Amino acid sequence: MSRVIGFLIALRTTWRMLRGRGPAGDTPPPDAAPHAPTPGREDPSRRELPADGRHELWVALLLFAAAGLALSFIAVLALDKSNTQLLGLAMGGALLLLAGATILAGKLVVPQETSVEPRDALLVPEAAQEVSALVHQGGDGISRRGLLVCAGCVAGGAVAAAAASPIASLGPRARVLHESPWRRGIRMIDETGQPLAASEIQIGSFYTALPEGEDSELFGAGLLVIRLPTAMIHLPPARRAWTPGGIMAFSKICPHAGCAISLYRYPTYGPTSTEQPAFTCPCHYSTFTPADGGNVIFGPAGRPLPQLPVMIDTSGNLRAAGIFDEDIGPAWWGTRRA
Amino acid sequence: MSSPNAWARRRYERGLVYTEQRIGGAPLYKWALRYVFPDHWSFLIGEISLYSFMVLIATGVFLALYYVPSGHQVVYHGTYALLRGQQMSEAYQSVLNLSLDVPAGLLIRQVHHWAADLFVASIVLHLLRIFFTGAYRKPRDLNYYIGLTILGLAILEGFAGYSLVDDLLSGMGLAIGNGVALSIPFIGGQMASTIWGGQFPGNSAFFSRLEIMHVFIIPVLLATLIGVHLAMIMRQHHSQFPGPGRRERNVVGTPMWPAYALRAIGLLLATTAVLFLMGGLVQINPIWQWGPYHPYLSENGAQPDWYIGWLIGALRLMPSWELVIGGHTIIPEPFWGGVAFPSFVFGVLFAWPSLERRVTGDHRRHDLLDRPRDHPTRTAIGAAFFSWVFAIFAAGALDRVFFRLHLSYTGQVHFWRAAIWVVPVIVYFVTRGWACALRRSKMHPLRGWQGEIVHHDRWGAVTGFEIGSDGPDPEPTEPPTGSPPDG
Repeated sequence: MSRVIGFLIALRTTWRMLRGRGPAGDTPPPDAAPHAPTPGREDPSRRELPADGRHELWVALLLFAAAGLALSFIAVLALDKSNTQLLGLAMGGALLLLAGATILAGKLVVPQETSVEPRDALLVPEAAQEVSALVHQGGDGISRRGLLVCAGCVAGGAVAAAAASPIASLGPRARVLHESPWRRGIRMIDETGQPLAASEIQIGSFYTALPEGEDSELFGAGLLVIRLPTAMIHLPPARRAWTPGGIMAFSKICPHAGCAISLYRYPTYGPTSTEQPAFTCPCHYSTFTPADGGNVIFGPAGRPLPQLPVMIDTSGNLRAAGIFDEDIGPAWWGTRRA
Repeated sequence: MSSPNAWARRRYERGLVYTEQRIGGAPLYKWALRYVFPDHWSFLIGEISLYSFMVLIATGVFLALYYVPSGHQVVYHGTYALLRGQQMSEAYQSVLNLSLDVPAGLLIRQVHHWAADLFVASIVLHLLRIFFTGAYRKPRDLNYYIGLTILGLAILEGFAGYSLVDDLLSGMGLAIGNGVALSIPFIGGQMASTIWGGQFPGNSAFFSRLEIMHVFIIPVLLATLIGVHLAMIMRQHHSQFPGPGRRERNVVGTPMWPAYALRAIGLLLATTAVLFLMGGLVQINPIWQWGPYHPYLSENGAQPDWYIGWLIGALRLMPSWELVIGGHTIIPEPFWGGVAFPSFVFGVLFAWPSLERRVTGDHRRHDLLDRPRDHPTRTAIGAAFFSWVFAIFAAGALDRVFFRLHLSYTGQVHFWRAAIWVVPVIVYFVTRGWACALRRSKMHPLRGWQGEIVHHDRWGAVTGFEIGSDGPDPEPTEPPTGSPPDG
């Protein structure tokens, strides 16, 4: 608040000082030099304004009003701290009135003038030559200049490399990118920690599974679990045993850019539909068909959705029947592909 | 003169003497007070970027006092009932508390967010102004490169800023950022693993790293570059549009003191005012609605802040081309949209001044601006290029079009994969034809000014009338050969 008041006083003082300085400062010849514009071609934006008490009064009124709104901001803050709308209105309004006052003062109260300045020539050849000569003189009398420069560059580079090398300790080697918490026998649980029973998995919905006893914040933790009619599934021979009862599990992480896949489309409308069940990532709409092992049918993903073999344990709960045979997550140089 | 004013002036002069005896800056002050600003509305766009940066610093300091840079998972027991009992990171919890419990916290956070959007938007508009008026030509090419660097850093800064929140939206954005980093050929895997401290979502230090980038490293770079940008402008003086009395070797306009300083402060205050009004009245990024991020969660309808839209558009439009040789993924798919595309756009912008010099053979210094139609080819190439980028930007919102208008998303993507190449060609020929026609007609677009100039003396007495119009231009202000061969 004191800042606002200080600003008001400063503004008022400077403005008064200017008024007091009299007319001497506000009538420069616009272009005194040889290229003076002909009178008929005057820039219409150039104007001289008479001093007008009404404008000064307006500026003062706006400034007082701004002070009032600024004080009301403090009042709102003291009485009703959570009222974001009132706070914004008070502060925004105060600033808007201040802006109005300063622009009005800048346009109508202080003297207006159009001034002409010459531009400097940036390159002054003699000055540049002097600099060059001075730099050169610094090496006078040195015979093995090339050797010294070379040695200096080598030393500088080596020290810079040494200074930068601790960056390597910021993160582990890239092979950690292969990691996934899923191993054979790990039980699948839902987001509340309950085991996923095979009998819960209905055709037409998808379920999110997490690894029991592992950190659910790990990149590879999330799984998409669905059940498809077994007649619909067409997997390569090596994956035949991965889907007991038509239950399939895929990494939930899109192999395009790493978002979680959370859209599942299961067409139920009629036997003539050519649409297959499909997962879609909401980030860039890569679309994968689980029935044939997660192939990409649309969108930017460069490889299929990684599939995890599933088994049903003796108590009817779902477990991983093995590991991912390819890397989950976005592709990189070392990505293992199926 | 009344006595309080005399008193104030004495105080002020005593202060001036005090600093003069120690610094002796009077010639510099005098130079700065008399510094001439050419008047044109389009010169104010860059000023708006500067002012939104100031608002960003001021509001950002406040936010930093509350933010906890930690990915450590805790259970929320705060004031927002719908999230109670949920597991979330300390970072997200701290921003929730800031937004819902700290007096004026939400206001400041929303002002900060709006200011970031305005900061990047005004830089982009400023870039368009610079491009289409040829302001990047010698001697301002160096400053143009600095401006482009500021734009790139501003985009990165904005992305880091909304990623700090660790709500669902920012987590999804960071996941994509991680995927794009991984996609850099050969080095991407190690680079991402170094930045994130391992596999996404990163080790416990990641949010500290992101915070130090957002609140220290990038802002210091930005502030330094902005300072250099302004210093170079003042050294060279502003460029100006051709007009009566305006020549290559002068600058005509309003001196800094008093009128321009007051107007500039007015624009600073107006910018801040609009940002505070928006921050108070227009909700932006309601993070409590998104909920916390976990890597296994995502949400449909997620859209980033606008300045990331061009990258989302490119990532979404790009077909699934991945280059795999001998089991190694040489070029993962996100590289095209997330790295190659922005690098190409910035590469073209950086290369443009020297390309134009090489093609036109014009190595002279230019302090008078072109109007866009003065160079139909440049204007048309620029319009085509920016329309290409804009079409890709717009394609980032095709899912919204699907939601609103029920146009098939896949159909739209297939259409725009072709259309982004057709649009620039059409824009090129339309713009070129338009510019050439304008140049022939000698009309001044958007300014059919016609009226009567009334001359006053400084006391308001009318001294003369004149019929004016914005008709044909005055004769060229300087013959082309008259430009000094400056370097």
